[in-house]
Amino acid sequence: MLELRGIIDAIWSFIVGLLAGLGIPQWAIELVGYALIAVVMFGVVAVIVLFLVWWERKVSAKMQDRLGPMRVGWHGIIQTIADAIKLLQKEDITPKAIDFPIHFWAPVVTFVAAFMVYVTVPFGKGLIVSDLSVGVLYIIAITTFTVIGLLMAGWGSNNKYSLLGGFRSAAQVVSYEVPLSLALLGVIMISQTLSLGTIVTQQDNLLKWYVWRQPLGFLIFWIAATAECNRTPFDLPEADSELVAGFVTEYSGMKFAMFFLAEFVNMFTASVVAVTLFFGGWMSPFGPDFGPSWMWFLGKTMFFVFVLMWFRWTYPRLRVDQLMGFAWKVLLPLAFLNILLTGLGIYLFDGLK
Amino acid sequence: MDFAVFWIAAGVAGAAAINLIFQSKPINSVLSLVVVLFALAVLYLQLSAEFIAALQIIIYAGAIMVLFLFVVMLLNLNQDQFGSNRKPGLRSFGVLIGGTLIIEISLIARAFVSSSPTDGQVVAAEFGSVAQVGRLLFGEYLLPFELTSILLLIAVAGALVLAGKREEAQPPEERS
Repeated sequence: MLELRGIIDAIWSFIVGLLAGLGIPQWAIELVGYALIAVVMFGVVAVIVLFLVWWERKVSAKMQDRLGPMRVGWHGIIQTIADAIKLLQKEDITPKAIDFPIHFWAPVVTFVAAFMVYVTVPFGKGLIVSDLSVGVLYIIAITTFTVIGLLMAGWGSNNKYSLLGGFRSAAQVVSYEVPLSLALLGVIMISQTLSLGTIVTQQDNLLKWYVWRQPLGFLIFWIAATAECNRTPFDLPEADSELVAGFVTEYSGMKFAMFFLAEFVNMFTASVVAVTLFFGGWMSPFGPDFGPSWMWFLGKTMFFVFVLMWFRWTYPRLRVDQLMGFAWKVLLPLAFLNILLTGLGIYLFDGLK
Repeated sequence: MDFAVFWIAAGVAGAAAINLIFQSKPINSVLSLVVVLFALAVLYLQLSAEFIAALQIIIYAGAIMVLFLFVVMLLNLNQDQFGSNRKPGLRSFGVLIGGTLIIEISLIARAFVSSSPTDGQVVAAEFGSVAQVGRLLFGEYLLPFELTSILLLIAVAGALVLAGKREEAQPPEERS
């Protein structure tokens, strides 16, 4: 089988042998291990995100009967890398009236928070950095830092459009986080655990996917997650036609790119959570050990990323008051109803658990 | 390794707390408080209280601090409006209260260190897990827990009443 865990273990034991042969103490080897894991995780997610940027442009082009990027590489596949190199070389323009430390740290906070989620994501059989016992809560906790980054960007830029964008994003993300967390509670109640690794192994074939038992929960989660990522139809924080570019107005060069990449990382995160909790994660739908697990994971996740892109190029933007009303008056009561129904279901069909 | 993590987290928490007090801009103080709360969450993790650490980040760093940031930004607080109405005797009073607090904390800390040798003492594997916290909350401490939720409900109702009154004075909002 094409499982990656064995290959990674083999490479790691080779490195350990090499370092131990050089007389490096045990704790230093451990440190090198942690650093390597961090770098590899960052690299994997960064490559996926670079691919997603290209893919989004291709999908939007297809939907609008255009070609999209075609010049750099096969069908423009390395266009994003060219763009990233261009952005890195660009002059970093910082306006005079900004609050410098806050303006400077805002993209860093957003970017780091977006990547920190992947500590506890099961990418495949044995491919998980740390299977935290509070995994689901950890992901919810880390994603809230994105709001702080956006608010910092809005305030630090000292620009009314940026500030309005920051406010909108804070109000939106804080509101949609409530139904999102409550929707996930349904799955947690059935699975009796918060660890993502265990939740995946419980769903070892198509019929055991939690989406069949939590259809309402999935629907609420998916709508709220779209809002959490600031994707259309919920992209009010950076509504181009109203706010210039919202909280990113005063950012240029690589700082802008960090916000941009963080948005795509969040999009991938939303899909990862959907796949892991509702669609069996890396487990194949045809029983365990059917095809390489990481390919199932990537395939399922990419499908949900595609759905998010599909939304973006299909739906118009909501109005601010509609947005908040929808979160508090529709999604939240539905999420409570879902918890009630789930509890009732567990009580009635206890054996089904 | 644990030792290094503890000192880094504790140092960050302490430095951010000092920064919180000495900053003249309210927004910087709020952001420092976020750093303090995050560093405290790391310390909770070290004490194997994973659930509390996650809650600390979700509730304090995530929700309450975002609210603080929101208020500071909406009111556009700056240093010129901040601390202008300080009374003359306030500083010496603050030093008195703060000094008393430091003495109290150091006395309690000394009593703790001398009375409970924690070296080599290992907590149960279940300690701090969601299941255990849940059992305590909905079993042993059910009454205080329910009372707290009623208190919060009353606060929410009060906030709604206070916020709702102003809307009556204005003409009804247009809706399409």
